[in-house]
Amino acid sequence: MTHSSWAYTSNYLIYSSMAVYTLAFFAHAYETAWAVRSPESQAPAGGLLAKTFDFARTEKVARIATSFMILGTLLLFAGVVARGISAGRVPWGNMYEFSITGALAFCGAYLFALRKYDLRWLGLIVSIAVLLTLGTAITVLYRPSAPLVPALKSTWLVIHVSAAIISGGVFLLANVIAAAYLYLDAMEQRGERSAWAKRLPSLEVLDQLSYRLVAFVFPLWTFAVIAGAIWAEHAWGRYWGWDPKETWAFITWVGYAAYLHARVTVGWRGRKAAWLCLLAGSTFLFNYVYVNVWGTGKHTYSGL
Amino acid sequence: MRTALILLLLLGVAAIPGSLIPQRTQNPMAVREYFANDPTLASWFDRFSLFDVYGSPWFSAIYILLFISLIGCVLPRSLEHLKLARALPPITPKNLNRMEFYRSWPGVGGEYDAGKSWLKKNRFRIREFDGALSAEKGYLRETGNLLFHLSLILILIGVSLGALFGMKGEAIVNVGERFVNIPTSYDSLSYGKLFTDRSLPSFSIKVTDFVGKYNLITNAPEDYTLRVETVREQNATRENHIIKVNSPLSFGSTNVYLQANGYSPVVTVRDSKGQVVMQGPVPFLPQDANLTSIGAIKVPDSIPQLGFVATFLPTAARDKVRGGISAFPEALDPKLLFSIWKGDLGLDRGVPQSVYRIDTSKMQKIGLHSLQVGQTFTFAEGSITFDGVTPWVNLQIVRDPGKIYALVGGIVAILGLLASLFTRRRRIWIRVNESGVVEVAGLAKNGAPGLENEISSLVGLLERVER
Ligand code: HEM
Repeated sequence: MTHSSWAYTSNYLIYSSMAVYTLAFFAHAYETAWAVRSPESQAPAGGLLAKTFDFARTEKVARIATSFMILGTLLLFAGVVARGISAGRVPWGNMYEFSITGALAFCGAYLFALRKYDLRWLGLIVSIAVLLTLGTAITVLYRPSAPLVPALKSTWLVIHVSAAIISGGVFLLANVIAAAYLYLDAMEQRGERSAWAKRLPSLEVLDQLSYRLVAFVFPLWTFAVIAGAIWAEHAWGRYWGWDPKETWAFITWVGYAAYLHARVTVGWRGRKAAWLCLLAGSTFLFNYVYVNVWGTGKHTYSGL
Repeated sequence: MRTALILLLLLGVAAIPGSLIPQRTQNPMAVREYFANDPTLASWFDRFSLFDVYGSPWFSAIYILLFISLIGCVLPRSLEHLKLARALPPITPKNLNRMEFYRSWPGVGGEYDAGKSWLKKNRFRIREFDGALSAEKGYLRETGNLLFHLSLILILIGVSLGALFGMKGEAIVNVGERFVNIPTSYDSLSYGKLFTDRSLPSFSIKVTDFVGKYNLITNAPEDYTLRVETVREQNATRENHIIKVNSPLSFGSTNVYLQANGYSPVVTVRDSKGQVVMQGPVPFLPQDANLTSIGAIKVPDSIPQLGFVATFLPTAARDKVRGGISAFPEALDPKLLFSIWKGDLGLDRGVPQSVYRIDTSKMQKIGLHSLQVGQTFTFAEGSITFDGVTPWVNLQIVRDPGKIYALVGGIVAILGLLASLFTRRRRIWIRVNESGVVEVAGLAKNGAPGLENEISSLVGLLERVER
């Protein structure tokens, strides 16, 4: 196949993955909506029998939803790979490519965590977030496939950017969970959880989970920042220059270091920790959106 | 602890303005624009070092305080941890049933020894006292944590060494010219506080060839290759090297980077008698991705002095709004557009001038013209010939003796982090009392997960012990 037909293939794969994620979204929405109705029509709080019955009904839909998520992610993966082949390099040369790879990392992180934790309830949020990301990517950020500018031609592109993208995916997942924590916490403050939210994990589990995710990728993020510094030394002759992108990477790093400290040494849990997690995560997003699109400095590879 | 945490957050917050307001070190032009647009605001910004955030007193104060508190906390802890290197866990507490994980059952004998060998095999530190066993594992957590914090100190040392003993300079060199590493060869040069002229290593670089390849559809650059011939020391042999954007040339701890490139139109200017008053390449400054470049050809030796305010187009094209522009970055159809000025160039007034601009306030415009390669334009005061074009490269020359410490610090930081975040520190106790009842208990520090499984497998093993 020629380069441009690989590029078309990539676009088709991305569109198909969006279609499948849409199906996943509806399946998750259906599952959630279904779960609302049944327990309330049963006797109060259900008893064991009612619960089993309720779950049995939604179980099938939930499984379908997860299968869609997996299929969508596989298609997205193929799309990202095809994009790379079309350009003859790793697909991380401009903001469109960062976005599709980032969406892939986010879904990958979700599916990976799903193997260990019961996170299916998150599917609704994950699928809508991925759809929004891919939608923006393909409409606003899209750029034709092209070779890299000389500054990006380096093995460090592969090392630094892959570490950063994976960290980003996991940070965002931790953020979604922290946000869910705050939402459910507010709900519990007002009284009981609504029926649909009863199936979601307890607050302690969510709190632990977002901490685990952050603790798991913090070293990777540290590595991404250091790899970036090494690359900057190769390309620009200095390993740190307080370029806006570097500055915000540092701020994100400090934010998550503060989060880990707050948890481990000061003993923050729950609401305060969740807010701090959200704050650190938003510096990551800010770096991605603001610095790429409006910022100045040496990291202007968005192609916009 | 709380102080350190607050300082850490403060450092993050303090870094923000520098990413939103242009910084002198990165973008001096934008800073000048700020002053031009809003002088009052800009001078207020300047008063608080907002154009030099990362070198400002308040930013330095935060990180110095942070590192003082870091040293004050980490050094004592490291010494203590060293002392603990061979220490044994504390003896078994009396009431094990208060622990997080606790099991007890009537034993058959032999559980104690089986438990001990299991703990040994799993590399626990073991202390036996009064028929009870106390075991602990996960000291690596503290080791890693301390290493991490110590490595931050090492990184700071590396950064300071670079700032004190380093240097950084830039020089524009035309293809065909030789750069000799002495202070006057530089267009800009800055030293660390403890760096002197004599610390400049002696070497020279002749730029033999520069090729920029561009995409024919997007015009984006695809490759820059710079060929040079170097002489490392006096009387040394010549060597040929290739410099690319991501692969600098090294002379010890001094690196030479290819930083930017552009074109120098080569011109010959004659006076009205036909005498050559100026000849050679003049570096022009690129203005856009297609290398539309502006420049100034200054002829101080003619009478009257002459100046050409010029635009160079590597591939000439016309734009309805902007007029003459370049359509492609390579020099496919070069054209030189210029206006001619006569009068006083103002070069001997002692005020430094940009090489790309002419101060025409004391000059008079006498003509306007454009030339293609090989053409000559003659006017009353003389003539100008556009002989050709040669590329120039901007070499950035940097010496940073501290970077190796920063790199080692970075690597140790990651290893330390991995050790501290993925090691679980926990204690396990086993006691068998006189009546043969086996007690097993465990405690995980920081509520680390996984101890429950560990205890269950130990208990499972012990319950299967036979007499
Ligand atoms: C005076 C300054 C500091 C002090 C006193 C301090 C102290 C500590 C302590 C006591 C821990 C707990 C380790 C444990 O037992 O699990 C810790 C962990 C940690 N510190 Fe610091 N620290 C300081 C500065 C910093 C700085 C500047 C950073 C980086 C920006 C940092 C990043 C971390 C990280 C990532 C952890 C790991 C958290 C974990 O174990 O889960 N610290 N620090």
